[in-house]
Amino acid sequence: MTLVLGIEGTAWNLSAAVVNEDEVVCEVTHTYKPATGGIHPREAAQHHARFASWVMSNLFDELADKSISPNDIDAISFSQGPGLGACLRTVATAARALSLSLEIPLVGVNHCVAHVEIGRWKTPAKDPVVLYASGANTQVLAYRRGKYRVFGETLDIGVGNALDKFARSAGLSHPGGPQIERYAKDSVNYVNLPYVVKGMDFSFSGLSTAATDALQKHTLEDVCYSLQENAFAMLVEVTERALAHTGKTEVLLGGGVGANMRLREMLDIMCDDRGASFYVPEKRFMGDNGAMIAWLGLLMYKAGDTIGVEDSHVNPNYRPDMVDVTWLKE
Amino acid sequence: MAEGVNEMVRDGAEAKVIRKNNRLVKSRIPKRYRVRELDERIRRERTRAEARLISQARRAGVATPVIYDIYNSTIEMDYIEGKPLKYVISEDLCEKLGELVGRLHAAGIIHGDLTTSNIIWDGSRMWLIDFGLAFSAEDLESRGVDVHVLFQTLQSSHPNHEALIDAFCRGYYRTLESAKDVLERVVEIESRGRYS
Repeated sequence: MTLVLGIEGTAWNLSAAVVNEDEVVCEVTHTYKPATGGIHPREAAQHHARFASWVMSNLFDELADKSISPNDIDAISFSQGPGLGACLRTVATAARALSLSLEIPLVGVNHCVAHVEIGRWKTPAKDPVVLYASGANTQVLAYRRGKYRVFGETLDIGVGNALDKFARSAGLSHPGGPQIERYAKDSVNYVNLPYVVKGMDFSFSGLSTAATDALQKHTLEDVCYSLQENAFAMLVEVTERALAHTGKTEVLLGGGVGANMRLREMLDIMCDDRGASFYVPEKRFMGDNGAMIAWLGLLMYKAGDTIGVEDSHVNPNYRPDMVDVTWLKE
Repeated sequence: MAEGVNEMVRDGAEAKVIRKNNRLVKSRIPKRYRVRELDERIRRERTRAEARLISQARRAGVATPVIYDIYNSTIEMDYIEGKPLKYVISEDLCEKLGELVGRLHAAGIIHGDLTTSNIIWDGSRMWLIDFGLAFSAEDLESRGVDVHVLFQTLQSSHPNHEALIDAFCRGYYRTLESAKDVLERVVEIESRGRYS
């Protein structure tokens, strides 16, 4: 059995986990919750610095309860990007320190690819088109010739960010997505809002602003409903195009926005009409989590993709298509 | 003209295309996952945009089907008699195609689906059809992707693709001022591998 300890901390969630080939052995998480407004990058990084030792000591306690010593761990993996620079640097520092003190290899993991791989691990999906929809990232990915290619992506902000921005301007607290979903359930009155798909890409910032403006004339319920309908239809349309283009027959959903039941329903209908299979991992593996970083770390470690401390720079703009997928055999 | 023809030409994810005698009827398919008002709006807007770009292209000197009618999310247009370029391809025709695409791009139009099935040769004239993914743009990236899609079709289905691509470029240089920049961008796009 291989044991890999992974640390996630690209944004608001600080989470560390240990996995082996079969299961998540343990996971400890501490979440940054802003007092007001959205994620403040410096505060989030300070949160991670303050609670890193708390997360680690709790994780090692849980390992000890299972008679696993830190010396049994084979490698340390961490989110190398994309994410907030200050958060990435804080987590990378913790990972380097562990790697040096335990004298085990370091694995730098792409956060987006980790979302894909945990979905492939925890669902029957084998070679899916992946819709990865979170606060900061929104991409349609699929494997082709050694890489996870980006078939479509946001031209500006992530879909979750668009929902959160609107929610804040409507006086709803962070994170706004779940509250928008709740209000949307009480309406069937569709209000016209911008629908922006350009080729295979989508854009959300104009939609968020238009939804805020629409509150002048329409109820919060109607605007929440219409905002969801537009934003999610854009995601589903591009996902369907990627299916048609690649000839693949599976769709995998990942990212925090994937918790939304209306988005799932729309993807389910689209897949049903095309004869494709639709997969959603359980909720704890959809938002940012340490297990996905540990799992991709394990795959990469076994493929020999380790790095030295001197090569462990973080990259806030790390794209999934920059990663050679060495752990998959075609 | 063939009379009494009524056949399904294409049954795609986005639209179905039926040939009725010498006319082509293209209808965008409703999507069940979208709320009805939004679905109707998108299909109506895209149908109008497609018709507008077909006409704009013709005014810019690119042969496209004449449009007879637009209603809801349906376009009725000329059925172009001729052979898809993929069956009659040659260096001469590729050079003509380069000129044609150069004129289209110079007019600020991106075709969006430049495959050798969407280019028709009638023996004396070259036609561009299916503007379903077309849009207005003048940036290098959009033009580069447009050309890249065509090059990929040539590479995957024609053994002498290098000569065909060279011929295309000769024509493209003639009608588009920024041809050099676009073709440089095509090389960069290929290295990303995203649209392949």
